Amino acid sequence: MALNDADNIQQDGQVRSVELREDMHIVIVGHVDHGKSTIIGRMLADTGSLPDGKLEFVRETCRRNSKPFEYAFLLDALKDEQSQGITIDAARCFFKTNKRHYIIIDAPGHIEFLKNMVTGAARAEAALLVIDAVEGVQENSRRHGYMLGMLGIKQVSVLINKMDLVDYRQEVYNVIRKNYLEFLGKIGVQTSSFVPVSGLEGDNIAYSSSRMGWFRGKTVIEVLDDFQAEKAPEDKPFRMPVQGVYKFTRHGDTRRIVAGSIESGRISVGDEVIFYPSGKKSTVKTIESFNEASRTSIGAGYAAGFTLTEQIYVNRGEVATLLKQPRPLVTSRIRANIFWLGKEPMEKGVDYILKLGTNRVSARLEEILMVIDASTLKNKKKVCIECHDVAECILKLERHIAFDLPEEVVQTGRFVIVDRYEIAGGGIAQESLQDEQSRVREKVHLRNYKWEKNLITEEERGERYNQRSCLILLTGPPDIERKPVAKALEQKLFTEGKFIYFLGIGNVLYGIDADIKLSEQNNREEHLRRLAEVSNLMIDAGLILIVTARELSQADLELMKMAVNPEKIQTVWLGEDITTDITFNLHIPDTTSIKKNVAQIKEYMQKRGIIFKLW
Amino acid sequence: MEHLEKLENRSIHILREAYSEFTSLCMLWSIGKDSTVLLWLTRKAFFGHVPIPLVHIDTSYKIPEMIEYRDKLAFKWHLDMIYGINTKALEEKETFPDGNCTRLGCCKKLKTEALVNTLSGNWPRFRMNHDTCRYELDKNSEPYTGVIVGVRSDEEGSRSKERYFSPRGRTSNWAFADQPPEFWNQYKTDFAPGTHVRIHPLLDWTELDIWEYIKQEGIPVVSLYFNQGDGKRYRSLGCGPCTKPVESEAGNLKEIIEELKTGKFAKIAERSGRDQDKEDGGGLETLRVDGYM
Repeated sequence: MALNDADNIQQDGQVRSVELREDMHIVIVGHVDHGKSTIIGRMLADTGSLPDGKLEFVRETCRRNSKPFEYAFLLDALKDEQSQGITIDAARCFFKTNKRHYIIIDAPGHIEFLKNMVTGAARAEAALLVIDAVEGVQENSRRHGYMLGMLGIKQVSVLINKMDLVDYRQEVYNVIRKNYLEFLGKIGVQTSSFVPVSGLEGDNIAYSSSRMGWFRGKTVIEVLDDFQAEKAPEDKPFRMPVQGVYKFTRHGDTRRIVAGSIESGRISVGDEVIFYPSGKKSTVKTIESFNEASRTSIGAGYAAGFTLTEQIYVNRGEVATLLKQPRPLVTSRIRANIFWLGKEPMEKGVDYILKLGTNRVSARLEEILMVIDASTLKNKKKVCIECHDVAECILKLERHIAFDLPEEVVQTGRFVIVDRYEIAGGGIAQESLQDEQSRVREKVHLRNYKWEKNLITEEERGERYNQRSCLILLTGPPDIERKPVAKALEQKLFTEGKFIYFLGIGNVLYGIDADIKLSEQNNREEHLRRLAEVSNLMIDAGLILIVTARELSQADLELMKMAVNPEKIQTVWLGEDITTDITFNLHIPDTTSIKKNVAQIKEYMQKRGIIFKLW
Repeated sequence: MEHLEKLENRSIHILREAYSEFTSLCMLWSIGKDSTVLLWLTRKAFFGHVPIPLVHIDTSYKIPEMIEYRDKLAFKWHLDMIYGINTKALEEKETFPDGNCTRLGCCKKLKTEALVNTLSGNWPRFRMNHDTCRYELDKNSEPYTGVIVGVRSDEEGSRSKERYFSPRGRTSNWAFADQPPEFWNQYKTDFAPGTHVRIHPLLDWTELDIWEYIKQEGIPVVSLYFNQGDGKRYRSLGCGPCTKPVESEAGNLKEIIEELKTGKFAKIAERSGRDQDKEDGGGLETLRVDGYM
């Protein structure tokens, strides 16, 4: 068997042996029956994009059935004959001008299909919005305009159709144009142009109309060719949501590659990168690819991958950014504008999933600030956000995430909401709000930013001490003794040669914390922060650190996780009763024997690979 | 960014999303040009590796060169290669070539049923052992919840209605009239127990894009696509009895691309050599609603 001649791998990925081609996706939207299909049919016919004889065939069929010919029939005929025809499919049709190839997405005008309209429009770089000259601006003319704005489609041209039915009168066109411009002005959407057309008669579609001498603008085809191809935002700060960290060690590959699609900016070998929300820092060692010429720099739009000089623990969901550029926002409370497409309304007290970039986090509706009718722009006072509503609200997330405001980087400022198993809404972040961890987070991010790197790596330290550094948090109800267990564990592992330390909380409280009052509740956060910072230093030194604390809550743990790598924290709950909401790694209900408890914790540490079992 | 580059990068993004979001994931490899491009894109997405098992549905009527090519590449590229087959229908000769059912009925048994039951793990799967180069019964019978498929929206009517991530019901059925919205590169990655998601990274590609990309990247494709001197070549590959070669002199990639752009195939559908499509009234909707690729 001959594998064809192309089995040799092309070394120079830059050499493109095929001709360059420009494609543009255009969505055509508007109220139902305002003539979208007719306009598409006419565009296909007048640009010579139809199969031979198709037009005559449809005309003949109409004549025989005593129906007036309509271009929309042509579209239907093409859909039916998809398997033999070309050019068109149910949602998309193709044609080309001298300038470029077009893919026209035919968005449904019925309100029930708003989710399909959104799906279609989101794929487009520009939009044509059709308004019937007889009916004027209708509910979905406005709603679709609003959705185009929310989806971030910047290039919109409005076609005022069926001009033949109003005798091509300029006043009709002017009134609708003024009316609709007013609406667009209120929602902040820019239009590139208005064109009076007749899809049926072909006025101003591909050819300038002689029946509307008063109109000096461009035809629809000229308007399309005037749309600008969307440029990948390379001039914005670098943002790459991490899709995964790949290490495929089979067949001897040792690379550890951070992979993701670059949403904005550019990255080069040698750049210092910082990942958010964790705030971890490293430097780009190589930019990786397969079957491409090697590169030292890569920009927005590319599905990229790079290796780092120091191995830091990062995961899917973080956003890679550049140290020298503006930072993204990090919080767990966001003010956002939302549009809702779900069958069930969005309500308080329900757990949703928010997906932003590659991050996914549990989210709740904290407050509805305003619900807006996307068509009338009227504010409604509502307790839930119903299907097709647009709302301004506050979302509370289970964990903090990194994002940008749309004026900074639009791609990392928008998200979707999943209700049960379905994407039910979309949203755009408007403001980063304070949450419980804001103060600590800010300090930790600055610390990471300023962090002085040692020449010795974490792996080297681990190898020297024959252990993985970590923080063992012993917690439990007030009546259970934790310190004796901690001290016995320290002694046991110390005699076995481990580099281990028990940090008595009092040693911190009356030393490092001497300047803050113990009793005041709002100082608790600062106590915890300092404890976490001290722990972080000791872990960095390669120690196994044991800390005891009474009744740690999940919020306490979250605070500690800000300053200490979450992967390095092991929580142990001592005692039968669980009196807080904390999620622990190990539960030891029976605390009657210290020796037994020490053995249990030791076994757990071996299982997790913190210390190693001797053969 | 250039046209093919745009397509390539979007497809890679989708492949990586699928890999991260689905724990039980597989990719259908029909050995044809489209799913081979998909396989190649996977190697690009994962920097030379293919960390996703490849599933082939063997009807036993595939053209022999296809199986030979499959196993050769599987070995060379270290692919986790799995095949499924409707042994019962073949043993009982319930096939079109045996004269016991229609073309469509045969497709339903040998392809749709075999696919649905292989994906669900109800029927045995056979996995390549790279030490012996032979197929062995696969111990894993866990259902695949994410299935990557190389369909393109320009192929025929029903495929144009697909999303990138398209849910399938408990019986693999497809409710195409009521699909979830998809925007801002966020996809349907949550699914109810018992259902699965079909993932379509090639949805935006056209037949011409596929051939131009094969040429650009130097992707090995099965020789049946080229005229071997008898003035015939396959434009679309399937089972021997139901797939006819087309009259064409195109013997290399350059000639195939030329033929699609300006030559005799510029206005003729790709699947015109596939007889089951015609039997289905021109579309594959009947087959696809039941779970066909």
